[in-house]
Amino acid sequence: MDETQSGDHNAAPKPVAPQKTRPAPKERIPSLVVTYSPHIGTEQSIEKIMYMVALALAPACLASIYFFGLRALLVLAVSVAGCLAFEAIFIRLMQPGTDWKRTTLDGSAIVTGLLLGMNLSAGAPVWMIIAGCFVAMFIGKHVYGGLGQNPFNPALVARVFLLISFPKEMTKWVAARGDVFGTVDAASFATPLNVLKLQGAAKAMGLSKMGLFLGSCGGCLGETSALALLIGGVFLIALRIIRWHIPVSFIGTVFIFTGILWLVNPQKYADPFFHILTGGVMLGAIFMATDMVTSPITGAGMIVFGVGCGALTTVIRVFGIYPEGVSFAILIMNGMTPLIDRYVKGRRYGLRPVMIPQKS
Amino acid sequence: MKSLLKTFKMGGVHPLENKERTAGLPIERFAAPKKAAIPLSMHLGAPCEPIVKKGESVRTGQKIADSDKAVSAPIHASITGTVKAIEHFNHPLGPRVRSIIIEGDGTDTWIEGVEPSLFDKDAPCEVDFSKSAEFLSKIREAGIVGMGGATFPTHIKLSPPPDKKIDTLILNGAECEPYLTADHVLMLERPRSILLGMRIMQEILKVQNVIISIENNKPDAVEAMRKAAEGYADVTIAVCQTRYPEGGEKQLINAVLGREVPSGKLPMEVGSVVQNVGTAFAVYEAVALHKPLIERVLTVTGPAIRHPKNLLARIGTPFKDILNYCGYEDQENNKVIMGGPMMGKAQKYLDVPVVKGTSGILGITAAEVVVMEHRPCIRCGQCVQACPMGLNPTLLAASVENEDMDDLLKNGLMDCMECGACAFICPSQRQLVHWIAVGKMRVKR
Repeated sequence: MDETQSGDHNAAPKPVAPQKTRPAPKERIPSLVVTYSPHIGTEQSIEKIMYMVALALAPACLASIYFFGLRALLVLAVSVAGCLAFEAIFIRLMQPGTDWKRTTLDGSAIVTGLLLGMNLSAGAPVWMIIAGCFVAMFIGKHVYGGLGQNPFNPALVARVFLLISFPKEMTKWVAARGDVFGTVDAASFATPLNVLKLQGAAKAMGLSKMGLFLGSCGGCLGETSALALLIGGVFLIALRIIRWHIPVSFIGTVFIFTGILWLVNPQKYADPFFHILTGGVMLGAIFMATDMVTSPITGAGMIVFGVGCGALTTVIRVFGIYPEGVSFAILIMNGMTPLIDRYVKGRRYGLRPVMIPQKS
Repeated sequence: MKSLLKTFKMGGVHPLENKERTAGLPIERFAAPKKAAIPLSMHLGAPCEPIVKKGESVRTGQKIADSDKAVSAPIHASITGTVKAIEHFNHPLGPRVRSIIIEGDGTDTWIEGVEPSLFDKDAPCEVDFSKSAEFLSKIREAGIVGMGGATFPTHIKLSPPPDKKIDTLILNGAECEPYLTADHVLMLERPRSILLGMRIMQEILKVQNVIISIENNKPDAVEAMRKAAEGYADVTIAVCQTRYPEGGEKQLINAVLGREVPSGKLPMEVGSVVQNVGTAFAVYEAVALHKPLIERVLTVTGPAIRHPKNLLARIGTPFKDILNYCGYEDQENNKVIMGGPMMGKAQKYLDVPVVKGTSGILGITAAEVVVMEHRPCIRCGQCVQACPMGLNPTLLAASVENEDMDDLLKNGLMDCMECGACAFICPSQRQLVHWIAVGKMRVKR
């Protein structure tokens, strides 16, 4: 501030503070960093985990592009770009002061975008995908405080929102043809689960199991190739990013539950292989239910969670009005996660009766 | 011949070992310092009271402080000279502690009955086992504490209450902390001394079963101890998998005996006593050579140390002297750690003295200092899988932050030994151990 601007009535010159001369320190004290132990860490980071998950999704993404053509690529690209854009916007709005570029690119938005895209049909209109991105990022994630705070899987929140709001667009299935550059025929094409629901088990059983396994069936992008999804799952388990508990217990429960029904009445119910190979079971069990933030933290809890997901999926598929129940099942179990974590804990060291061998 | 490697059941991590720079180096004697600050508290338990006065002259090895409390260990002068002051002085484990400052006179005159020329040899004297009744009091008088870093007075650990039946003595040579090689080189150079020290403790405890456990990254130490133990039928060498924290007392018992120490209890509850190899060595020197604990082997290493060494240094030697001797590159924002990188304490001042629990001094350059960023927890569960006590570190840390004390104790806060495996493995670099330590402090208050 200039002296002249401070007004006349206070014109007395301010006393100049005497310059303090500190005595020179006798010895230079090196400034040392002091923190609590440990003083080393792993190379693992949020980024590495998220990008590894994205990489694990690559085979399934490529498979979907192979089966549904370039329209599938567009769906995935719009979904990822939309999630990144909304992530950046909400971080700047809701977490001012953080390094928004770094947080946006931590990979979590990319994974959410990929998973949302995998949960849509290749015929999904662009405006709807963008609406889904908004719901995933805002209602699914940032209203709770961002990464790590959301109770429900953001991609599934968005999918269920779209499924309820735009049922017509969400069920506009595209035939899987293995013709990358062909035009998309967005006519109403029945997915295997639609066939089962509307035309009965006998008709559904006519579909080739190998076709279902490799992916030549209609549905969401991520519902086609079980093989590609399994490759990604094995990759993630091998890298110790996810644990085997949820995928195995989820798929296993669906298999056993539908297997029992099939044994009871094979005319009415589809066989267990059909159930685990169709719809979102593979995608859900390997990539959606294993979302770390929204699933239990202990191995035992994960098994409870996976069994719950599998049982709910089967109940919705077999007895509900929707042909597919994976999304609802996982979301319901997401809500149960805090409860599971509270009551299902890992075994602690030193909390069991001690046996000391008694030597004679 | 090939047996399965022993290891503990739960958790564990494998940090980079970084031991190769000092693993092959001999133990080098670091000259007695000109001035020594000897803290009156270098052990778990009651601090000692000085029994010398300011101005009094003391000789190397002379007892200068003691306590009449049950859990304590006396303290001895580590150099010859005059007591300059008894005042509060910086301590490597935290707050300033009342210390005896001794100004050296340049000579190194030992108390009578000690022959310093014997110190450089491996097991120069045999142990007279007919005088086993004196062993325990000799160990106490020599001020011996657990040399692994916990510094629990050894004579207390060796006198379990009569209702606790001890069947196994485990000698801990795991040395699972990265960088540190002090125990390793001690096992290479003084295997007989260690073995005799172990037999002394075995005699005190009257146990039949003795196990020396060493991680498999030290095959030469396994060989040296095996050779030293030849002819002793009751001594077993257990080779353990290299896995952190294999050397944790409760983990080691689990690894070699398959037993679990009940939560909140001591190893004697499951019939075992664990002693560090450095402690066994000190016990031998105390009993056979009448030498009090005034020096110890420590590893000086790390990226900021040009000439890493395994030193035999006197208690009370300022870190600064040792660091300068080893070519410490003094830069702004370095980190100097007493102990290993997993459980060691970062130092604020470099005039802090070597204490009985100083197993090493690490110098980390500013460029290599790991800054824990404390990013959001993504509940990946790595910490839960890494915890060797089967706890949920991220939940504990969150409970402390939310001041939820009831949940903390229910979830086993006090079982945490702060090994650091959780914070080490955390991809979000959360300061889990820091928060758990804060929680423990709040509970104690």
